[in-house]
Amino acid sequence: MVEQEGFRRYVAHVILWIGIAIVAFPVYIAIVASTQDNALIANGQMSLLPGGHFFEVYYQTIFVGTSGSTREPVGNMMLNSLVMALAIAVGKIAISIISAYAIVYFRFPFRMPIFWIIFITLMLPVEVRIYPTYKIVADLHMLDSYAGLALPLIASATATLLFRQFFMTVPDELLEASRIDGAGPLRFFWDTLLPLSRTNMAALFVILFILGWNQYLWPLLITTRDDMQTIQIGIRKMITTTDALTEWPIVMATAVLAMLPPVFVVVAMQKLFVRGLVETEK
Amino acid sequence: MANVTLRNVRKTYTGGFEAIKGVDVDVADGQFCVLVGPSGCGKSTLLRMVAGLETVTGGEIDIGGRVVNQVEPADRDIAMVFQNYALYPHMSVYNNMAYGLRNRGMAEAEIKTRVEEAARVLELSSMLERKPRQLSGGQRQRVAMGRAIVRQPKVFLFDEPLSNLDAKLRIAMRVEIRKLQRRLNTTSIYVTHDQLEAMTLADILVVMNGGQVEQVGNPLAIYEKPATTFVASFIGAPPMNLMSTRPEEIRSQLAGSGAADAGILGIRPEDFVITDQTPAGGVALPLTVEAIERVGAETFVYGSRQEDEQRVAATPGELPPGEVIVRIPGTEAPAIGQKIRVAAVRQKLHLFSGDGRTRIEA
Repeated sequence: MVEQEGFRRYVAHVILWIGIAIVAFPVYIAIVASTQDNALIANGQMSLLPGGHFFEVYYQTIFVGTSGSTREPVGNMMLNSLVMALAIAVGKIAISIISAYAIVYFRFPFRMPIFWIIFITLMLPVEVRIYPTYKIVADLHMLDSYAGLALPLIASATATLLFRQFFMTVPDELLEASRIDGAGPLRFFWDTLLPLSRTNMAALFVILFILGWNQYLWPLLITTRDDMQTIQIGIRKMITTTDALTEWPIVMATAVLAMLPPVFVVVAMQKLFVRGLVETEK
Repeated sequence: MANVTLRNVRKTYTGGFEAIKGVDVDVADGQFCVLVGPSGCGKSTLLRMVAGLETVTGGEIDIGGRVVNQVEPADRDIAMVFQNYALYPHMSVYNNMAYGLRNRGMAEAEIKTRVEEAARVLELSSMLERKPRQLSGGQRQRVAMGRAIVRQPKVFLFDEPLSNLDAKLRIAMRVEIRKLQRRLNTTSIYVTHDQLEAMTLADILVVMNGGQVEQVGNPLAIYEKPATTFVASFIGAPPMNLMSTRPEEIRSQLAGSGAADAGILGIRPEDFVITDQTPAGGVALPLTVEAIERVGAETFVYGSRQEDEQRVAATPGELPPGEVIVRIPGTEAPAIGQKIRVAAVRQKLHLFSGDGRTRIEA
């Protein structure tokens, strides 16, 4: 019985390791490829062991860029992506927590219709309303700007609903105690509701940051200048070169760099993130 | 320090439901007023109207000579203790108590003095840095009390503050609250559904039923002379035995006094004696013993009467028809199934009109 138990565990571990290998191998290849000489890769002689060009490849990637048509340093692309992802995540949280506060705690005319309007925008993601959105952003002269990259993606029904659900679990007595303690609506929001929403905000931040970081279609449409392109667009442009070899080490280095911020955010906020998803005690 | 006066206070919800149907109560300065009644009787609503958490749709609420119908809760100079304590979960005990003072722009030094004084009184001094979730139920309750007393308000409002505590702690906290209120001498209004809490705490007891006041007064006076059958069965445990005066057995015993037009006769369990004699003007009942409860110092005998008409006006807490509870001291008790005879003297009889709404003095 005990032996069988041990055998079963062994099998389970083998299966898990195979799974990990399947997921991790491409990442490993990307890291290895980013340290090798381009000529070797182009000849199909890429080694599975790390090469010796780590520093020069990453230096070129971050500060110089490819030698082909898009000569944008990846460092700049990362900055663009970072600004966009942060603006989307912070903006979404700010807007949705305020609108959820209004919907849950205030009785104003057309409260429920407004709630339902927010709710049905769930059915209209960016891809569906891309033309009108593009038109508006173009008319506002926000093409090739950070505002144009982030603003249209900030409004979020999902986050509003999430905060609404959370606010509805906050006991009414807290609001009443605040009122008796002389806290007005803004004080209650700032002193009580925001601190209580901390873990929810963290969880949402992780999700939204990754969502913003991985945006592809929208930045592709509204950025034309090289110095405004995000890293996701940059990778794509590096791969398709017209009259030169694709510089695979740099492409791979860019891919590795593109992975780092989301990984960093997840690792840094993991504890809060998990608590935000599972927490029930208020 | 202030008196609280409610004048014909009404609450009608949109939709027409009338939760409070005209309540008049006068709580003098420093008095401890308890609102008691079954759930849904409107006592909590009434308290929340005094706090300013519910709007007043009719009548006037007067705190310290000022009509506060339109005044924000924060400006009424009241402090409230909630049933679930409503402590701010993310703030330390100290900040929970200090929050209301800070919002009023009080100097930190003064806040510190007040909070530390309250913590000393409530034995919370060693816990000021803890968060509410690190405290036990009784400690949270004390923090909620502390939050109220640091404000030094004109009026304390308590909304069933002890109902989340276990029985032992509840009794201890009940005494604490009473002592604290005596010491601070602050006018207090306290809501509970527990008649024992109501009896022990109140200077002035308000018994409510269905959005109306059934009786107001000194708790013992109410116990001795309940104005309606509702009050009679609600105040006192076990409840007063209520029976119709129509059966010949009872009618004949009451005849010849002013009790002739009474419809309902009430006798408290503790006023019965097991005896073969019938006191002059009193009432004696033959019973068959159905059940016995021994609680040590006293014993409750549940007996049934043999008669046809048993049903009396329906009131909460009423006994099953025909059942009579007798309280006797000690643990000596008749056997189950035994036939006994119990009697109560004239002075201990409570007589009510047939609908139970009026007390008849005979």
